[in-house]
Amino acid sequence: MTAASTAIAAQSALDVLGTRHAYVVFALLLCIGLYMMIANPNLVKKVIGLNLFQTAIFLLFIASAYVDGGAIPIVPSGGGTGPYVSPLPHVLVLTAIVVGVSLTAVALALCIRIYDEYGTLRVDTLRELLREEGSLPARPDLPGSEPGSDGGDGDD
Amino acid sequence: MTDVLLPLSIAVPIVAATLPVALGRWDADVGWPVAAVTTLGLVGSAAAVALEVYTGGPFDHELGGFAPPIGIELVADELSAAVFLLVALVSAATLVLSRAIGPRGNAFHSAYLLLTGGLVGVSLTGDLFNLFVFLEIVGLTTYALIAADRSGASAYASLKYLVVGTVGASLYLVGVGYVFLATGTLNMADVSVQIVERASYTDPLVQAGFAFIAAGFALKIALFPVHTWQPDAYQRAPDAVTTLVAALVSTASAYALIRVTYSVFTVEFLAANDAITTGLLLVAGVSILAGSGLAVIQSDLKRMFAYSSVAQFGMVVAAVGIADETALLGGIVHLIGHGLLKFGLFCGLALLAAGYGARRVEDLASLARDAPFASGALAVLGLALVGVPPSIGFLGKWYIALGAVRSAGATGGVVGVGIAAVILASTLFTLAYVARVIERLYFAGVDRGDAERGSAAGHAGTPSGGPDGDAGTAVADGGGDAGPETIPTAPLAVLVAAALVAVGLGFAGAGFETLLDPYLTEVFA
Repeated sequence: MTAASTAIAAQSALDVLGTRHAYVVFALLLCIGLYMMIANPNLVKKVIGLNLFQTAIFLLFIASAYVDGGAIPIVPSGGGTGPYVSPLPHVLVLTAIVVGVSLTAVALALCIRIYDEYGTLRVDTLRELLREEGSLPARPDLPGSEPGSDGGDGDD
Repeated sequence: MTDVLLPLSIAVPIVAATLPVALGRWDADVGWPVAAVTTLGLVGSAAAVALEVYTGGPFDHELGGFAPPIGIELVADELSAAVFLLVALVSAATLVLSRAIGPRGNAFHSAYLLLTGGLVGVSLTGDLFNLFVFLEIVGLTTYALIAADRSGASAYASLKYLVVGTVGASLYLVGVGYVFLATGTLNMADVSVQIVERASYTDPLVQAGFAFIAAGFALKIALFPVHTWQPDAYQRAPDAVTTLVAALVSTASAYALIRVTYSVFTVEFLAANDAITTGLLLVAGVSILAGSGLAVIQSDLKRMFAYSSVAQFGMVVAAVGIADETALLGGIVHLIGHGLLKFGLFCGLALLAAGYGARRVEDLASLARDAPFASGALAVLGLALVGVPPSIGFLGKWYIALGAVRSAGATGGVVGVGIAAVILASTLFTLAYVARVIERLYFAGVDRGDAERGSAAGHAGTPSGGPDGDAGTAVADGGGDAGPETIPTAPLAVLVAAALVAVGLGFAGAGFETLLDPYLTEVFA
């Protein structure tokens, strides 16, 4: 009985991978993008991670629009016979891509400004430089650091 | 006829945003007049919309003549009209401030107009995806404005905000995608119907959708665990930009959270999902305490009030989670009131920084003698933030706490009492840091000349050097470049007016109840 239910569970897991692979890829891409943003010390690679994160969402919308055997949603005059894939998510993704491109442009412009100013794109080096310049509060564990340093800047 | 004002109020600022950059080739000073005329028009439009809504009831506009749910609609109801009015007034007032203390370029005014248009869009749209687009317009222009002084530190703060803010907006989009999968529609009013017909309130897809949306807004609003972008962004931004951003940008996101929670998911959804409500209240409660606590230990003035925003928005989110009519009224009043108070406070700090180079608490020593009006207004606004009656800050907190206790009485739960206790504790913390500011302003007991020399020595002795990295503002040499020692008159008048309004609105509790009653009745029907 248990073996049978395990077999069914394995079967359905395989089913999910076989028929819903787009959603699995969506979740994977989302996590990879998020991980890159958190773990990678290079600012440009953080921006790439951000792009990956957004691309995953585009995939979610596109995958949800797909209808098995559906045609391109252009209805000829006189009306065609369905089924068509849903055009609405495609339009949404187009808009989201435009938003994503503008964000990437602003992010890269800021990266260029930071590189011009400090000559580095690595977050750890950048933090040291900002501390030396006094733009960031001193590290909490250093002697003489002010109690006001919040130490909460670790999750970007 | 008034409904045409809705699309115009969004489109005109966005189209006008092209003018300063386009005409800047011929006239370097064209930005401010264009922005001023557009914003004045916006104030008029907001007043007309508010008058229509509060006398004749809510109305909407179908964009392009496509009827919803296919088309996008813009909706003006009691809640959105209030936020629209706040956006218009604060934008106009900020323009007076930026005229006096900068930034002044054409590029600034283009970004400013885009931001205003985006904020109006957030407050008026009735479509989930449209809301995402406007949130991103607001976000993009905010990132650009924060880095407007071209320093490295502000670029880093802005990039940090960009990454976190974009993740927030993207999580919101994932949530919208889930809701769209469950209901097949994006129109807010239609989704609230289809959730019941095609899915249910306990459908995992709908629950996950709300969780993603709430997490996305938490990032954008800057609630406690994910608030870290906000103090840096507020502190590094040029003063006039901080004033605008602190008053409106997080406010717009918090408004969107209220809108999506109550108009799309509805109060029945909250009632059916205890875990989600508890989670919201937990995050809100921790935000209130952590934000207030962190504000107390700051010595940089802008940073102090940035952390205070974390706490105040925690209260607004708590009001959303309590799901009680009085608490939601308090949440809306506090949302508007906090926007107004933070505008006034950051405006006052900007003027003191421009006039006397005061950026840290100790720089304020006995400034009240030299700048009595600015200091007085700052003190009044600070006390209003604490919640001393009569003030708008008191009204908001009072209604939220009252609603929390009432809901605890109705359900017998301890959560409501806990929230009320947390609000009280936060009020004490707020008093602690506002009292420090007032004490320095009025009772430092030092002669100004001595004070400046003293604070300069204090700066030299601090190993961290203080955050006065912005060129030209540091009190480095005994007040030599500490500013012109005067405060420009026009923004000072705006500041005093803001303080008076903050106190005056404290008497308007019954007015708020009457005006917002139709919305609350509809939501809690």
